[in-house]
Amino acid sequence: MTDALVLISLFAVAATATAAVVVRDPARQALVLSVLGLALAVLFTVLQAPDVALSQLAVGSALTPLLILLSVRKVRRRGRREEGER
Amino acid sequence: MSRRVRMWILAVGGLGFAALFAAACLRLPGFGGDSHPYGERAVRAALAHRTANVIAAVNFDQRAFDTLGEESILFAAVLGTVVLLRQTREEREVPPEPARVPLLVRRYALVLLPVAIVVGLYVVAHGQLSPGGGFQGGVVLATALHLLYIGADYHALERVRPVGVYEFGDAAGEGAYLVLGLAGFVAGSSFLANSVIGHGTFNTLASGGTVPLLNMAVGMEVACAVVVLLARFLDQAVEIEEEKGT
Repeated sequence: MTDALVLISLFAVAATATAAVVVRDPARQALVLSVLGLALAVLFTVLQAPDVALSQLAVGSALTPLLILLSVRKVRRRGRREEGER
Repeated sequence: MSRRVRMWILAVGGLGFAALFAAACLRLPGFGGDSHPYGERAVRAALAHRTANVIAAVNFDQRAFDTLGEESILFAAVLGTVVLLRQTREEREVPPEPARVPLLVRRYALVLLPVAIVVGLYVVAHGQLSPGGGFQGGVVLATALHLLYIGADYHALERVRPVGVYEFGDAAGEGAYLVLGLAGFVAGSSFLANSVIGHGTFNTLASGGTVPLLNMAVGMEVACAVVVLLARFLDQAVEIEEEKGT
């Protein structure tokens, strides 16, 4: 039973990690990364490491995507300004 | 160096790593085995200091010095970000425009804000008993505060978040960890030794000796560090613009 859970969560991690690489738009990538964080948190919980799962959930699913989205917004804003001046 | 030589060096490095990694993996204990020499010793040491969460005992008691290093890495990283993302001479600050927030999002954020803050504080305070601790709780606390940005707007967040206070808290948390470590010397033992105060009663809030205190120091440092980090990113994304004509 536990082995099946480990396998399922491992596949979920592999699938979402691949999706994070395949998706090329950074804003979408941030969202996929947050799902990847969730999948990793599930994997760590199944492997009986709830402390790591909590860190992963807080950093991987909330903080990192937020930082990426903010960076994307900054870059896009600059691009828009430069286009407007042309 | 030509491209060919570089590829050769890369290939040698990659093959060397692959060989060593494969050799190391072959010697690993079996997956999910129930006997683990280090684990058994760590559990025994944790129970000796009345710490119910063995992970917390490893992080803040047996390997407290490593955690000091990790805490300092975060501290230095945030310090570097603050320096890199400061407002330069060619940039100016524009007041953020108020945004219209859908009622549902606003309600969700405002209901969740106090819940998330209580959860964060709980996770920090119960680090010695249940999964979690200063780092996890600190990140929850810091991100919880930013629900205000989602539920209201940047101006509302800025009013409850004087960055100067959080910068001070960041340094104070880092300093408190060091002071708790030095207290080990005063108590007649070594740096960061868990012998400053009594170990308390097993499985209660007051247990684990200095583990909960170190957890609080880390919680304060991490929460303030993440707030400062996000504040710099938010300033760049929302407020700071390049001067025209540069």
